Amino acid sequence: MGNKTPLYQCHLDAGAKIVDFAGWDMPANYGSQLAEHEVVRGDAGMFDVSHMTVVDVSGGNARAYLQYLLANDVARLSTRGKALYSCMLNEQGGVIDDLIVYYLRDNFYRVVINSATREKDLAWLAKQGQNFTDLNIRFRDDVAMIAVQGPRAIEKSLALFDEHQQQALSQLARFQGAEFDDCFVARTGYTGEDGFEILMLSDHIADLWNRLLTAGVAPCGLGARDTLRLEAGMNLYGSDMDETTSPLVSGLSWTVAMADERDFIGRKALQAQKDEGLQQSFVGLLLLDKGVLRNHLKVVTAIGDGEITSGSYSPTLQQSIAMARVPTGASGEVEVEVRNRMLKAKIVKLPFVREGKSMLTNEG
Amino acid sequence: MSEVPTELKFLSSHEWVQVEGNVATIGVSDHAQELLGDLVYVELPEAGSVVAAGDSVGVIESVKAASDTYAPISGEIIEVNEDLEDGPDRINNDPYGDGWMYKMTIEDPEELENLLDADAYTDSIADDE
Repeated sequence: MGNKTPLYQCHLDAGAKIVDFAGWDMPANYGSQLAEHEVVRGDAGMFDVSHMTVVDVSGGNARAYLQYLLANDVARLSTRGKALYSCMLNEQGGVIDDLIVYYLRDNFYRVVINSATREKDLAWLAKQGQNFTDLNIRFRDDVAMIAVQGPRAIEKSLALFDEHQQQALSQLARFQGAEFDDCFVARTGYTGEDGFEILMLSDHIADLWNRLLTAGVAPCGLGARDTLRLEAGMNLYGSDMDETTSPLVSGLSWTVAMADERDFIGRKALQAQKDEGLQQSFVGLLLLDKGVLRNHLKVVTAIGDGEITSGSYSPTLQQSIAMARVPTGASGEVEVEVRNRMLKAKIVKLPFVREGKSMLTNEG
Repeated sequence: MSEVPTELKFLSSHEWVQVEGNVATIGVSDHAQELLGDLVYVELPEAGSVVAAGDSVGVIESVKAASDTYAPISGEIIEVNEDLEDGPDRINNDPYGDGWMYKMTIEDPEELENLLDADAYTDSIADDE
């Protein structure tokens, strides 16, 4: 018996196949993972993401604290509601977790971190906060969250809000959120599609779920969530990066802000890695032969071996895809060892799919 | 509860066997396809190959996992279901019909005695259900 989100009964009612996910009883699918993947690419689906960890950081030193804690720079956030994706690093430059931070108002930020890393993250946040005065770190175990994703997600969910909220939400830029009395809504997600992530008090979330169902939004499980994020080229913590890997070899250099002199945890280690030269790079793989690429398979390139960090089947491309860490400079065709056989694959740019469309069409 | 036809024999690794004369047709059970979820790739043995009971003769892969499939008896593979190459979901939709995997000769009918009947197979999967 694992932890249950406030939507657990809703999942059972919708016919979910429940699996253990990092100690949580979560829906793997509600019948067909492929069908759920397709509904998000073509219409609108929803995910219970209430197991994610929400932390509010406030006080006069909230910004200074986050600037020290995170590899990306929250000073980039000047518009209310704006979101920033970042890694939280250890002193060795390894990734403790990846997260999204929203700038809600002056001296107030909301951070959403992973569920599997909850305990160590909360401990790390508290430990690093000890050096700051006028700082309040509040773990929000009273809230729950639903991600509504897909080309029709916004249209279908807008109707559930009142007139004032609808007006604010229809003007919301991508990667921006809006705070209301009873909820927080952000135009963010983990699927490569447009949509909202809606956060509210746990007591009210089942009502929202049921209204979304009535509005024609299909329940989708963690299985589809994984193939959607893989197609979208989005990293999964624990698979694509962890405490032993740098963001610089995990396709996350764009999230590390080192242009100015800001001191943040892990900076010295990342600078040393840059000075030394990065030995590995993070790429997409498209399988050319038949089969399915899986995590940890060996990738043989012309200049050395690499490893798949996330591999699965792409329902949109109807071929297997993966993300992999390979020797810097590797390109073109490679081989992947699958059950003692060498299958042909090629290195491609990430993402594979964006907003329902293959991104591979312009490749040679 | 998944379907377990009483006229078939089974392996605990979830293959089913249908015997007609000296030819056996092999597939995977309804229970197995439920466990694996949506299938996206099936690798079958080649027609003409000779296999022994217990040999790994192919792989069925869903979005989330790969599972080896084993020969239930010894014999020669005489026909494979080529429709599975482009339509592995046939196993999900009709595991005991359109989703059959291959046909083989029965080299030693006594080996059939080692297979589970429907009741024994149902018992073996009871803990999963």
